[in-house]
Amino acid sequence: MNEFIFLFRQPNYGLSNASPAEMEAISKKWKDWIGSIEAQGKLSSHGQQLSADGKVLKAGGVITDGPFVEIRERLGGYIVVTAGSLDEATTLAHGCPVLDVNGSVEIRPFYA
Amino acid sequence: MEKEHESLKRLFQQEFSKMVAVISKRYGLEHIELAEDIVSETFLLAAETWGIKGVPPNPAAWLYLVAKQKTIHHFRRNKILETTVIPELTSGINEVEELNFSQENIRDSQLQMIFAICNPAIAAEAQIGLALRILCGFGIGEIAEAFLTNKETINKRLFRAKEKLRTENIRMELPPENEIIRRIDNVLLIIYLLFNEGYYSKTNDQILRRDLCLEALRLGTMLTAYERTNLPKTNALLALMCFHASRFNARQSGDNPVILYEEQNEKRWDSALIGQGLYFLNLSARGNEISPYHLEARIAYWHCMKEDTAEKWEDILQLYDKLLLINYSPSVALNRIFALYKVKGSPAALAEAEKLKLEDNHFYFLLLAELYKDPDPGKAKSSLEKACALAKTLTEKQKIRERINRLG
Repeated sequence: MNEFIFLFRQPNYGLSNASPAEMEAISKKWKDWIGSIEAQGKLSSHGQQLSADGKVLKAGGVITDGPFVEIRERLGGYIVVTAGSLDEATTLAHGCPVLDVNGSVEIRPFYA
Repeated sequence: MEKEHESLKRLFQQEFSKMVAVISKRYGLEHIELAEDIVSETFLLAAETWGIKGVPPNPAAWLYLVAKQKTIHHFRRNKILETTVIPELTSGINEVEELNFSQENIRDSQLQMIFAICNPAIAAEAQIGLALRILCGFGIGEIAEAFLTNKETINKRLFRAKEKLRTENIRMELPPENEIIRRIDNVLLIIYLLFNEGYYSKTNDQILRRDLCLEALRLGTMLTAYERTNLPKTNALLALMCFHASRFNARQSGDNPVILYEEQNEKRWDSALIGQGLYFLNLSARGNEISPYHLEARIAYWHCMKEDTAEKWEDILQLYDKLLLINYSPSVALNRIFALYKVKGSPAALAEAEKLKLEDNHFYFLLLAELYKDPDPGKAKSSLEKACALAKTLTEKQKIRERINRLG
């Protein structure tokens, strides 16, 4: 069994008027998806969610508020799963809620 | 698991308005939209994070902390903008202070927000919309559903209302003591209209209707927690709302959207709410002022006793007489005639009803139909036909049709 990190990239939600019901739906989707991975005993870390703000330090000491604030896809967070192969890990990523908002999941194995 | 989702929705309803009020108080009402955005983003992050990791032990503290960070981040960036781009700008935000989410500050901020929103400078309908959004945390879709209109209309209405907040320079502050008495009338009126919006709403969404009424009750209760707004008329309004709300469960069953008073099973009336209403009714008896809410609360109290007695209807008639004097409205006039009918019979009531001539009002013809029931069944039927033609919703039309059919 190997470990894989799932990196979630997703657009900034333009959902400032989202209703509680919509937010509840988002929460439930995540819970269901994570729950299905957990149920298979393949979740090794719940990871962390990242705040939308931050800074980027570039060569030459250039500090910006980060490209991630402006670009459509920001890094939103990650989890770590265990799977037999990259293909198997990719299968687990199906159903991730970021896909519903045109985001993506990047699946990368750790070096063993 | 369902319970946790339920808790997110409930938390939103509880915390959204508190957080928006605290942020707006700190940074000014001109930033109210930003406050909404920050709080919404906080909840979206909660929805994701809690979905993945589960709900933290103290969810409200989690929300406050994230909202603080987001607000500081925003204003720090904004400050950079202000100090480098427009250095002469002195908007009062010279340093980033932490938001204060203490119970006292939350309470004060919410009270100030109530007075800011229930400001006569804003159109009444927009005040209700804004109250639903900012004070009760309703989504735009829900507000649109409550008003039976579309989201764009509501968005425009709220946009204009918020613009008014800015152009009228409305501040987050309690009016001075000598003005509270005057300003609170408008606050109570908006809460009353909010309650009516729920109680008589055209929408068939029962949960939404009930939520509207409960929110009105919550806002009213909030006013009683503060000495200067805990006035006899505040209590009278609360009593009135409690008495009406006590019939919620009895008003509907299964797929029958509205069960009329006469057909309700009074065992399903909520005795706890009636008791609560009585408590507020007693408190409302302090002082000398008799507001329309006092009279309506007394009438509503009588309607919590289903049995018809001479005393009941005579008192109701007198209350309506007084109500008409201070607050004339066609529906009060109609209700008064019904009371008159109960006290003096149909000839006396008919004589007065004929004078009203509210011929574009279906309730008027429903009343006429009731009054003509015995003396002139033919006129009763034709009145029902007119009522049916004027009725605004399908449910009402169906109910009236049933009555016509029963007449044969």
